Amino acid sequence: MMPALTLRNVVVALLLLMLFLVPVYAAVIGNNFVLSLFTRIVILAMAATSLNLIMGYGGMVSFGHAAYLGIGGYVVGILAYEGILSGFLQWPLALLVSALIAFVIGLLSLRTRGVYFIMITLAFAQMIYYVGVSLNRYGADDGLTIYRRSQFGDLINLSNKTVFYYLCLVLLLASIYLVWRLVNSRFGMAIQGARSNDRRMHAIGFPTFRYRLTCFVIAGTICGLAGVLLANHTDFISPAVMHWTRSGDLIVMVVLGGMGSLFGPLIGTVAFLALEEWLSGITEYWQIIFGPLLLAIVLFARGGIDGLLAGIRRD
Amino acid sequence: MLLFVEQFLNGLQFGLLLFLLAAGLTLVFGIMDLVNLAHGSFYMLGAYFAATFTALTGSFIGGVVLALAATLLVGMAVEVIAMRRLYRRDHLDHVLATFGLILFFNELVRLIWGPAGMNLTLPSWLNTSVEILPDVQYSMYRLSIIVVALAVAIALYLIVMRTRVGMLIRAGASNREMISALGINIKLLYTFVFGVGAALAGLAGLMQAAILTAQIGMGENILILAFVVIIIGGIGSIRGAFIAAIFVGLIDTVGRAFLPDLLKLALSPAAAATAAPALSSMLIYLVMAIILVVRPAGLFPAPGSR
Amino acid sequence: MTDALLRVDGLTKRFGGVIASEGVALEVANGELHAIIGPNGAGKTTLIGQLTGEIAPDSGRVHFAGQDITTLPTYRRSAIGMARSFQITSLFLDMTVLDNVALAVQAHSGHSFRFWTPARSETRLREPARAALARVGLGDRENVVVRDMSHGEHRQIEIAMALATRPRLLLLDEPMAGMGPEESARLVNLLRELKKEYTILLIEHDMEAVFALADRISVLVYGRVIATGAPATIRVNPEVIQAYLGEQQVAGHG
Repeated sequence: MMPALTLRNVVVALLLLMLFLVPVYAAVIGNNFVLSLFTRIVILAMAATSLNLIMGYGGMVSFGHAAYLGIGGYVVGILAYEGILSGFLQWPLALLVSALIAFVIGLLSLRTRGVYFIMITLAFAQMIYYVGVSLNRYGADDGLTIYRRSQFGDLINLSNKTVFYYLCLVLLLASIYLVWRLVNSRFGMAIQGARSNDRRMHAIGFPTFRYRLTCFVIAGTICGLAGVLLANHTDFISPAVMHWTRSGDLIVMVVLGGMGSLFGPLIGTVAFLALEEWLSGITEYWQIIFGPLLLAIVLFARGGIDGLLAGIRRD
Repeated sequence: MLLFVEQFLNGLQFGLLLFLLAAGLTLVFGIMDLVNLAHGSFYMLGAYFAATFTALTGSFIGGVVLALAATLLVGMAVEVIAMRRLYRRDHLDHVLATFGLILFFNELVRLIWGPAGMNLTLPSWLNTSVEILPDVQYSMYRLSIIVVALAVAIALYLIVMRTRVGMLIRAGASNREMISALGINIKLLYTFVFGVGAALAGLAGLMQAAILTAQIGMGENILILAFVVIIIGGIGSIRGAFIAAIFVGLIDTVGRAFLPDLLKLALSPAAAATAAPALSSMLIYLVMAIILVVRPAGLFPAPGSR
Repeated sequence: MTDALLRVDGLTKRFGGVIASEGVALEVANGELHAIIGPNGAGKTTLIGQLTGEIAPDSGRVHFAGQDITTLPTYRRSAIGMARSFQITSLFLDMTVLDNVALAVQAHSGHSFRFWTPARSETRLREPARAALARVGLGDRENVVVRDMSHGEHRQIEIAMALATRPRLLLLDEPMAGMGPEESARLVNLLRELKKEYTILLIEHDMEAVFALADRISVLVYGRVIATGAPATIRVNPEVIQAYLGEQQVAGHG
């Protein structure tokens, strides 16, 4: 099916084109900073995409999603520190640990609703944050430098910044594609039904808990992968990645772009980090503009940027 | 024994600070159904105001009074400008909007006072210690925090339980329609409650600032603890917040004091010293998580709350 | 009666000191339309809750098709053929009508751990949903978002969703609530049709509809069933008349 030529689709297409051309642009102007910034954008967009799966489609407002960024990163960092550099070991293990932790957190948290869910996910993320702080051997508060990125033999060299960027971009697009398939499948219908009206779901015969839990685990795993990439990108991991304000940032990215829309988190992340760059270029005190801007978005543009582009407002 | 008494009092003092912070949060949450992440900003503002006004007036008490008035005004202004537009929105919107306010206030403080942080100097009559038990010395200042916070707690309790305003507040917490049906100027009541909550947070912040310093972001970690308190205590319940705050304060402080020794049995002293504060911080969240798993709506859910 | 599809024995539920159900006994025979009536506060909502598994009784048993389902979770009750409609409309407001009903079909079409195939292109889900919609007279409205529809249409979707789960028992909780006389009349006709195929437990305030449709009526007052019988006998039962007059008197004072 040909996507319709709407303003929203055009913007998304241009955005994707731009993302593909970033390394070319960086090479032409010889500016590594742009490439680094966009690598960060792409990685965080992946984290935001995973949060959108549970928050936008599943109605599970997790205020602890940054924990998985830290978990993925710490698995890579700790293994590297202990001399295990193979990505074939690091990455699957990181995903496994993320999934397991998401399973436990989800199992316990998904019994609660509304603000209690927000708070219990925050509590678990805080626990994980303090685990990071107490990791004496691995730098505790100060974090852990990762001296060598994950090794994939001759397959791919992550130390090449352009190669690494394209890997991140491909994985981001794969995540978005995965979310697209998921939300339109039976599983996705069940998840969205549970967001919309959980009581009705039970009445028509859905045991929603298991679907919501599965969704929670999938999102945690994708975000864990983003954490793996982030640690490889910055060559560093510290508890700061998991601070609750980072979880807040992720929520902002998702809502800024448009909750429950496929490319919303990507748009939101680009907007968030671009705004950060732009505003901090204008004034050192850029958050004095950004904070009220957030407030204004909540008050006046609830569908996020995606909603504005699509010309519809969610009530 | 001596150490234990001191740590117990420290825990009590910290718990009471938490209560001051949590009181406004739980009232706003209970009455307006508003999740206010920016509550920690009032805590920070109280500290900065106090440091500034004390330096300006040369009087600690004068500085504190001015700081409380200033925080009250800022709180009321925030309510009028932003918060009242958010009451009917969902909790996610609250989280986002007030997250934006945190960024704003942090940056505002950095703009006005600079990034370095400020000290609040105590007058000499507070900067001493007293003998609370035979041969047990305790900081005069910490003791006065306990006294002041207890006095505020009692006053708050009496206001909420015994006065007409308190009756309206309680009615609002359990039944929002009823209070507007009574024809009360509900907007004014909300603004007032929000402002008082902000001032209480400011009081907590300025009292803490004399022990540590006034710093940007100082409200953020303690805010999360205050949320733990109101979740454990039951949203909207002053009494629940009081019990939970003391409980959390004691766990945190006593954990920090005694976990290192416990951990030394298993770890090296250096490792124990780093791990202990982290573990005692974790302990609080663990307790909250357990409580929510067992009682998904908190320990003492307020009647009529969702 | 051994061919009872639904059998309730001694169902008791207290909330604090308030008795909401007290030894409720009820039998719904296969193929019957059994109505439950009662004044406000008689415990109808609590009874429904216990039948659907949303409220756990303090004591008593609920049997469905010969199986003890007293402790069965709500979704399992739906799986074995118990479908309900809600007194206060409870739909997926942000989805289309067809998506709403297709979800009900999906719930009874195996598990939903299917992550890849687009559910909206599965005819196995869409066709039965369309059939259920046609049945309640909403065949031409399938792509409308539920939020944008009228109250009367919401009531029809409630029933379509119940039908889409291919139930053995329809538990209809005040299906006429909030309907105008014309809509009510249409719904009575629909129920008359459905009655031929389904066993129905109808909880309804509209006495005219109840007496027109019901094979048997149980009267619930203060959590107890004070009478069960054919409409003709219920109509002249002195206790029932007393209960309803009592309500009117209370209403008169209030």
